[in-house]
Amino acid sequence: MATENNSNFSRRGFLKASSLASGGLLIGFNLFTACKQKAEMPIDISKLNFADFNAFIKIAENGMVTIFSPNPEIGQGVKTSMPMIIAEELNVAWKNVVVEQGVLDTENYTRQVAGGSQSIRFGWDALRQTGATARQMLINAAAAKWGVSASECSAKEGVITNAKGETLGYGDVVKEAALLEIPENVALKEPKDYTIIGTKAINVDIDEIVSGKPLFGLDYKEEGMVYASVLRPPAFGQELESFDATAAKNISGVVDVITIGEKARNLLNSEKPGWSVKLSSSDKVVVIANSTWAAMKGKKAIKAVWKEGTPLESTEAHDKELVKLLDGKKFRTMRSDGDVKKAFAQADKVLERTYESPFLPHNCLEPMNFFASVDDAKVRLVGPIQTPEDLATAVSTMLDRSLEDISVKMTRMGGGFGRRLYGDFAMEVAEIADVIRKPVKMVSSREDDMTTGVYRPAIKYRIKASVKNGEITGYQLKEAAVNGNMYGLIPNFFPAGAIENYQVDVASLKSNITTGAWRAPYTNFLSYAEQSFFDELAEVIEKDPVQMRLDLLQKVKGTKDDKIQYSPERLEGVINLVVEKSGYRTPKEGVYQGFCAYYCHNTHVAEVADVVMENNKPVVKNVTVAVDCGIVVNPLGAINQIEGGVVDGVGHAMYGDFKFKDGMPDSSNFGTYRLIRNSESPKVATYFVENNLSPTGLGEPTLPPAGAAVSIAITKATGNRIYKQPFTKNMVAKEIIG
Amino acid sequence: MPTYNLKVNGEKQVVEAESDTPLLWALRDNLDLVGTKFGCGIGQCGACTVHIDGTATRSCLLPVSALEDKEITTIEGLSENGSHPVQQAWKEVDVPQCGYCQAGQIMTASAFLETNPKPTEEEIKIAMNGNICRCSAYNRIQRAVAIASEKIG
Repeated sequence: MATENNSNFSRRGFLKASSLASGGLLIGFNLFTACKQKAEMPIDISKLNFADFNAFIKIAENGMVTIFSPNPEIGQGVKTSMPMIIAEELNVAWKNVVVEQGVLDTENYTRQVAGGSQSIRFGWDALRQTGATARQMLINAAAAKWGVSASECSAKEGVITNAKGETLGYGDVVKEAALLEIPENVALKEPKDYTIIGTKAINVDIDEIVSGKPLFGLDYKEEGMVYASVLRPPAFGQELESFDATAAKNISGVVDVITIGEKARNLLNSEKPGWSVKLSSSDKVVVIANSTWAAMKGKKAIKAVWKEGTPLESTEAHDKELVKLLDGKKFRTMRSDGDVKKAFAQADKVLERTYESPFLPHNCLEPMNFFASVDDAKVRLVGPIQTPEDLATAVSTMLDRSLEDISVKMTRMGGGFGRRLYGDFAMEVAEIADVIRKPVKMVSSREDDMTTGVYRPAIKYRIKASVKNGEITGYQLKEAAVNGNMYGLIPNFFPAGAIENYQVDVASLKSNITTGAWRAPYTNFLSYAEQSFFDELAEVIEKDPVQMRLDLLQKVKGTKDDKIQYSPERLEGVINLVVEKSGYRTPKEGVYQGFCAYYCHNTHVAEVADVVMENNKPVVKNVTVAVDCGIVVNPLGAINQIEGGVVDGVGHAMYGDFKFKDGMPDSSNFGTYRLIRNSESPKVATYFVENNLSPTGLGEPTLPPAGAAVSIAITKATGNRIYKQPFTKNMVAKEIIG
Repeated sequence: MPTYNLKVNGEKQVVEAESDTPLLWALRDNLDLVGTKFGCGIGQCGACTVHIDGTATRSCLLPVSALEDKEITTIEGLSENGSHPVQQAWKEVDVPQCGYCQAGQIMTASAFLETNPKPTEEEIKIAMNGNICRCSAYNRIQRAVAIASEKIG
């Protein structure tokens, strides 16, 4: 099982302490390095200095503790939960801790940001050791002051006490502590002794958020800044041929109209454009104005002529091509156990079903935007980005500038969902600033954001299972996806290991529509396909669907296959908990329940959705969720992520629809693109499996099971199965048709 | 460029802007009141909600030229220091995830509770239906509105 943290790092290289000129103790550590799965120090430890750290704890002489959190905050709550872990081991009162967003400055720091629900999982050991080491240094300093052994002293809530009952505050010994050697092998606390971890901590930015303080990229401003609006090709495949800016230039407030694209092409044609580069190679027309409104109006007034660079694609054609791939033989096998062909040939019964999903835009509520300022000395970039290091590298290549010239400042993000992993919008504004040499902020309209995005790829799954003597003997999953396939370890998720003959095959269709990660990549749709299939399979073998899962899990227990990613015991745990809490065994009249259990992003989750029929339409009323994420660091933040993930999953499975025709999306704003709303949101009840295992992330894993649980509940309510998302457009029921 | 006399958060402000400039951009770009957010520009998401004479209104569609003599309240002016019962309830429940839509949610909720201080659960859901929360914090928004209603008493 690969569910445990395996980060090993040298503490000597990982921590450094120093006294501050202003008084107090500063401890530096490298969070990005520590949070990487395989932590490694990329530099010579003996030459390490403070510039090599990106996270700091400052303990002032008055005892106040400031933790500088370098991780970008996209709403997943790490700005609260990661400092909680440090504070726990440091033994300070949470009320005396201030959290500040650290600045990522690529002049000094060139480390990657961990993503994919991994911040807490990989930060767990590093953060605890940082807090514990700092605590021990303070105790050692107090012990030296008293002339006693450190082992006779203890610390609680920022106060050190010796055997005689004398006390010293952390602030009283910070000067001395800064001069001490960094201790090795400091003992970590037992979970039973936690006083901060497991308590409900409110989001550290709450006061600023509810009073409308500037926090987000869109709120960023500088003296003399101009605004930019970018006109990009309206269809994927198109390129700019010519344009007329006469009308735009006549709009009051419009300062200039320029084109960009040359530098972007330099980057795209460079040896290493980088994984996160999703720029279009076309020229783009940019309206520069002295207000956002004038820039947006100016863009609408541009008369552009577009030519076809590459063929304009459509969902209709994709659908045919993806089916052709599923029917064909061009597969790459990701995992193969036993002999599925033989199992299918010898079966009593074979079930085969195909599941389909559309492209989806991210629709972060804060549209893409970024600030840039370029002069001969510096390139300054400010805004919402999940991958600041990649951005700095790309801009350095694009503008042919030294990496030392480039700085990136991160703002709070109005949602990410994967979209802000890709810095195309920030690279564009860097090119704009390079041309105009003025501080400039690019603001996308909702239409820009939705129609020139990076989308969840359209995918089709075909799943086939064989049954012999009432047992599942074979299972084959085929994936046909636009631009790439499921990655890494996904083929080793459930039911891998539980079925003797098992195979996962993938095939890909190349498209000029930009696609990328979307909250819980691949599993966000795979879970619905597989778990809906299991429900139908249970019907075929005439077994209770929950019992069928539990029986399959029995076969995985004690497996020697270290590729298997999930724990059968932990999946069993969440299944039993959700069955108990949802009343699944004692159904209520008129309430149709759908059950799903799934493992992804290192977390085990089971969900039961309750659907009722109202005015002949299925309505999702409640979702009960059981989660095993190990130790729950911040229950308030955790439940927030879980509820959000579930409702987001329900919403996109029910309503998310996005088609292309002639290279253009059929929706461009919320008037036609339907997102789940308040009155459509089910009530979510969350239950945790309590244990002392290392914590895992929660930003993604509760989303994938939601669509499956809902589809199964709707099937019970309507008598018909759903094989295609979104459900609202693909449900078939006598009541609905009639 | 024409100028308009606006009354924002109790203070008189002179805004120099084209007549069709939506209040949203006048607030954000001219007056540095960036708490009011841009989400869709077509009145569908509610991120730009402000109060006009006490009524929750989408500021992204409302031209500055139509607002002289109106009382405009933004999230910055809802209370002195985040002490409005709705803001208090939002903190208690820890509503926000990314936080971007919350100013709009709070402005809708506070205007709604003025007209209906003791709403039912259904009434809360309907009143808040025009405000999209992309992080889907809807359960908490409903709870916070109910708590704010108790606070208003």
